Amino acid sequence: MQVQSMHFKARSGQKLADLRLQANLKKLSSKWVAGRQAAIAELDDFEATRDDAVQRRDRGLADLDLWLERFEQEATRRGTVVLWAETPAEASKLVVAIAKQHQVRKVTKSKSMVSEEMALNRALEAAGIQPVETDLGEYILQINNNEPPSHIVAPVLHKDKDEVSDLFAKVHQKPRLSEVNQMTREAREVLRPHFLSSDMGVSGGNFLIAETGSVALFTNEGNEGMCTIMPRVHVAVTGIEKLLPTLEDLATIARLLPRSATGQSISNYFSILTGTRAEGESDGPEHHYVILVDGGRSGLLGGDFESMLRCIRCGACMNHCPVYQKVGGHAYGWVYPGPMGSVLTPAYVGLEKTLDLPQAATLCGECHVVCPMKIPLPDLLRKLRERQFDRGLRPYSERIGLAAWGFVARRPLLYRWLTRAASTALRWIAGAKPQLRSMPGAGAWTEHRDLLVPTGKPFSAQWAARKSTRS
Amino acid sequence: METIADPVKLSQARPRVGFFYTCLVDMMRPEIGFASVRLLEDAGCQVDVPIAQTCCGQPGYNAGDQRVARDLALQWLQLFEAFDYVVVPSGSCAGMIRQHYPDLFRNDPDLRIRMQNLSERTWELSSFLVEVCGMQKPPGHFPAEITYHDACSGLRELGVQHQPRLLLRSMPGLELKEMQDSRACCGFGGTFAVKYGAISASIADEKIAQIEQTGASCVVMGDLGCMLHLEGRLRRCGDTRIRVMHVAEVLAAQDRPAPEGM
Repeated sequence: MQVQSMHFKARSGQKLADLRLQANLKKLSSKWVAGRQAAIAELDDFEATRDDAVQRRDRGLADLDLWLERFEQEATRRGTVVLWAETPAEASKLVVAIAKQHQVRKVTKSKSMVSEEMALNRALEAAGIQPVETDLGEYILQINNNEPPSHIVAPVLHKDKDEVSDLFAKVHQKPRLSEVNQMTREAREVLRPHFLSSDMGVSGGNFLIAETGSVALFTNEGNEGMCTIMPRVHVAVTGIEKLLPTLEDLATIARLLPRSATGQSISNYFSILTGTRAEGESDGPEHHYVILVDGGRSGLLGGDFESMLRCIRCGACMNHCPVYQKVGGHAYGWVYPGPMGSVLTPAYVGLEKTLDLPQAATLCGECHVVCPMKIPLPDLLRKLRERQFDRGLRPYSERIGLAAWGFVARRPLLYRWLTRAASTALRWIAGAKPQLRSMPGAGAWTEHRDLLVPTGKPFSAQWAARKSTRS
Repeated sequence: METIADPVKLSQARPRVGFFYTCLVDMMRPEIGFASVRLLEDAGCQVDVPIAQTCCGQPGYNAGDQRVARDLALQWLQLFEAFDYVVVPSGSCAGMIRQHYPDLFRNDPDLRIRMQNLSERTWELSSFLVEVCGMQKPPGHFPAEITYHDACSGLRELGVQHQPRLLLRSMPGLELKEMQDSRACCGFGGTFAVKYGAISASIADEKIAQIEQTGASCVVMGDLGCMLHLEGRLRRCGDTRIRVMHVAEVLAAQDRPAPEGM
């Protein structure tokens, strides 16, 4: 997917002005935040489960190379072909090559964010193969001129029912519907012939299980099974970091993922897909492929950002982020939005293309509080800021300002004198007013809020004066 | 109500407290400094104020400049190391010291230990009054309906949440009316407020709507950065009714609050 993160500021401005989007984003705080809260309360000991899950995830990552080899052995033993892709583009080429090899004309897709990294639909179309998104949200986006998802779990979070009604009426060429169940029925009627005529299914993979060579998937709509089991060929594409050593690890993490993501105790569907259809089995694909995508992930191993690889893509960080709640996912300009995206995007596509992302956070810390994998997202964002600073990637004005502030703050006498002068000047300019609507040099502050005026001489000056009269 | 009995408490009859008033309180609202000193003295502390202090360094630290943050941390260490405790009327600056100072010196074991030692004796004001001094009832008088905003760093880095409420609720005539989500960020975020002013202001508007819903005449919090941002936004939006006050000002208030519509 093309990187648009350099337009964060302009895009976020548009998103703030979009009243419909603002209303749609309210679902986050009213529905998703409360849903997670209720769901984690069901666990006897959420914190202990979390600690356990973090340990299990770290165990897999610590020897990722060995576990991946184990996965490859176990999967291969069961008839799966395991392929490796260094870049998302390479992974796309592999999918296209597999499709051509099996004379595939139509691909039904279950939701996958890695396939967004790969821009897979575009690659398939370019090769003359028809991709059909079958997750309802992804389907809505695909028929809306291939709009990108705005949320990693709820891709059409930014839209309301009326927008979807209009879109369905236009694209399906049928009378406009207003009830959600009528609309989903209509989508199913459109999708059913595609399921029946699909030659190949493509899915993501929430987790890879090393000990059995399986791919685990958490979904809610039932479309996944029709993509992974019905067609002759199933291809799962996923990142190498999704590896879990054992099924028991999966059991622990399964207690956290749906709860943190959608506030469900368990997702409606939960599949563990292992190998091809064996003799005597009634379902499963004849050909099974797993494509393991690096796409920058191995670069995080062993470094400051390794903890980011624990991410299980639940979306809790964005659901709880005050900035995401205001600008939505599209403002972030690539596949992954919100706090996790502001760490992953610079890591995967380059810091220089994503200058705003580590900065566009209040560092309120709520993402760290809710992350089931305890990823210290605010610390990681700060580390990215350090790299920007060290590489001189920040604007000149900001660097000069920071240097000037640092010069003064290191010199207590000068600092005290300047504080006193600034306080006096502000009080003189304001006269009797308690706040100013504008102030030369403080435009970035006063554009959106008044500048309060100091209520008196600096504390340090008053304290020193009192002390000298006391003694 | 929680009762206070913990062995880490006052190790001496009158501990020497170094007051780190913070750069914003110094320049913008000196009365918060005096209110804090009054509370500390009332709690039995011997308060000293080294006026060679400047800033905790958080603006530089969060902008990615570790060097300036280290220099300012060292400056702070030299000024405050001799005190029994350091008290700060800001969860944000206290959080910087307690959570981040030691890590700034991870490659220098001696300094790291000294920093760790002093940062563990450094407290946000309201939690110091409750957890160390065992204060149950503050000296002030503030008969009004207020709501309390949990500023982010104090809440999430230091666990400041029940301490200010315990003190506020003990004040006769004061009614604490909780807003729907007091732990949501106000949108200040330090330099975020100027780098992404429009987003920052729209986050503030959500907070303001919640404050207004409570009907309280005053919103109280423990961080001046958030106060300047929220009050500035309130006034910009035409509100002159809601007062924005620091928890120290309320706990030490000597007069009746100004009438509504001041």
